[in-house]
Amino acid sequence: MKPTQNTWFKNTRFKNTGFLTLLLTTSVCIPHIGNAAEVSAFSGTPNIHIRQLAASCAACHGTQGNSVAAKGDDGANAVLAGMAPAEFTEKMLGFKDGSRKATVMHHHAKGLTVDEINLLAVYFSQQKQVVTKALKSQILKADHE
Amino acid sequence: MNNANHFNRRDFIKLAGAASALLISHNGFARATKPPVGRVVIIGGGYAGATVAKYLRLWSLGSVEVIVVEPNSQFVSCPLSNLVLGGSKSINDLTFDYDALKNNHGIKWVQDTVTAIDASAKKITMLRGELNYDRLIVAPGVDFNYDTLPTLLSAEAQQQIPHAWKAGWQTVNLRKQLEAMPDGGVFVMNVPKAPYRCPPGPYERACQVASYFKAHKPKSKVIVLDANAEIISKKGLFTKVFNETYAGIVDYRPDNAITSVDVATKTVSTDFDKIKADVLNVIPPQRAGKIAQIANLTEKDYPWCDVNFLTYESKLVPNVHVLGDSVAAGLPKSAHMATNQAKVCANAIVQLFSGQAPDPAPVFANTCYSYVTDKSAMHVANVYRYDEGKKMMISAEGGGVSMSPSEKEGAYAVAWAQNIWADTLT
Repeated sequence: MKPTQNTWFKNTRFKNTGFLTLLLTTSVCIPHIGNAAEVSAFSGTPNIHIRQLAASCAACHGTQGNSVAAKGDDGANAVLAGMAPAEFTEKMLGFKDGSRKATVMHHHAKGLTVDEINLLAVYFSQQKQVVTKALKSQILKADHE
Repeated sequence: MNNANHFNRRDFIKLAGAASALLISHNGFARATKPPVGRVVIIGGGYAGATVAKYLRLWSLGSVEVIVVEPNSQFVSCPLSNLVLGGSKSINDLTFDYDALKNNHGIKWVQDTVTAIDASAKKITMLRGELNYDRLIVAPGVDFNYDTLPTLLSAEAQQQIPHAWKAGWQTVNLRKQLEAMPDGGVFVMNVPKAPYRCPPGPYERACQVASYFKAHKPKSKVIVLDANAEIISKKGLFTKVFNETYAGIVDYRPDNAITSVDVATKTVSTDFDKIKADVLNVIPPQRAGKIAQIANLTEKDYPWCDVNFLTYESKLVPNVHVLGDSVAAGLPKSAHMATNQAKVCANAIVQLFSGQAPDPAPVFANTCYSYVTDKSAMHVANVYRYDEGKKMMISAEGGGVSMSPSEKEGAYAVAWAQNIWADTLT
């Protein structure tokens, strides 16, 4: 999938550069989940194929690679946001060809193409690391089904 | 439209207050300064509905107005809810509010039940109002079909014989019945004919109840009546666990669908057996959520929704998208799948609002853990990619299951839950 040439972000919403500057300033001042993806959307054109594929990894690696449950000891559920592309690619290609030991990841790496792995490496390296915590649970209310 | 106008006004006041406190998100700012490019109404705040709401706001940079209509005020996770039956988790470990999701992304929320969809007028009717939409997303989960089990239709019957297949008080009810059951009792459960929500779920449930019995009520039995010809997910792994870890406790009977239930005596009949249970758990056959049926999003003879897998738009009703367990995907009806579909759909809708083509070849991954004891779990993981010829998502090469269950994967399963909850609800 080639990156889309003209996105709607460029065409219709951000003709007004003053507005764009204001938006960017707002983004920079107030950390917010998702900033990195949006900022990269301004600087170029978002690769919609890769942002959706990357989002699929969130179930184990968090929104835009900011895992809330990274385990230091064996690298499981690693934070992918801000990871160097070379590190990401080396690990994934190792999972893919079986040279790197895996519990789950070989089942994913084998299903991805080398191109996809390279593009994911770039995408995650561009995401801003944000400290995120596990969500707090609460008491089930009586009126729930 | 009164309802919606009222909602907008109230939301604006909230927004103005937030701005003065310098807490406004750029999403909210975009909404306050420019009219939205379109309105998406989402029916259902489960894994699919909550995820599509968030990613529509993220990927449209806040320019798409998003309204979720959900009858419940809390989110209760089905994944991990079998652990409540095993006793290692409480339902309160799996219950969350929607506040972070709403506030972080400027998502509007209506707590109500949708009763009708008027696709030609692009309007939905709720118990307490109406909403217009440019695009509608229907993500209601599954509906239980009691046609073949009419004695279980009443709320009273479902109190005595819970399904516990939508996490909540039904789950708590079944756990209490298991706790109250004397040692030496018989727990009978079934597996409905596929497709149903969470293919490995019933087998995981049998393991969880067996795990509880093994530790606390070792003379008790778990009888599993499967309407399918064999275990339909992680078959080799579950067979081994049933025969080894739970030898003498789990009695698995394939091709043995429940044909009738006597509620008063908790007795089930199949073509082969008649069994009186001490605790009975009947998981009814399933179909697309009620609103999908009402809105004619399902075919007459097949109770699931056919969609275009590039956009998740219904093949039957234009501008209406269907996500999650209601979709006829031929793929596992899992939480991770629901969130994947939601992200493909969000991506496509943002493109469509701008007159652009959606991604012609989406790819996503599914990881699903099942707990076989209170600590050990095992996975199935697969990448799925769009097949141009078949026009659907098909399994890529290289997927597979664990070699064996382990405590390490039990820890990974908790991490999976924490990440998917945070991704879906914040």
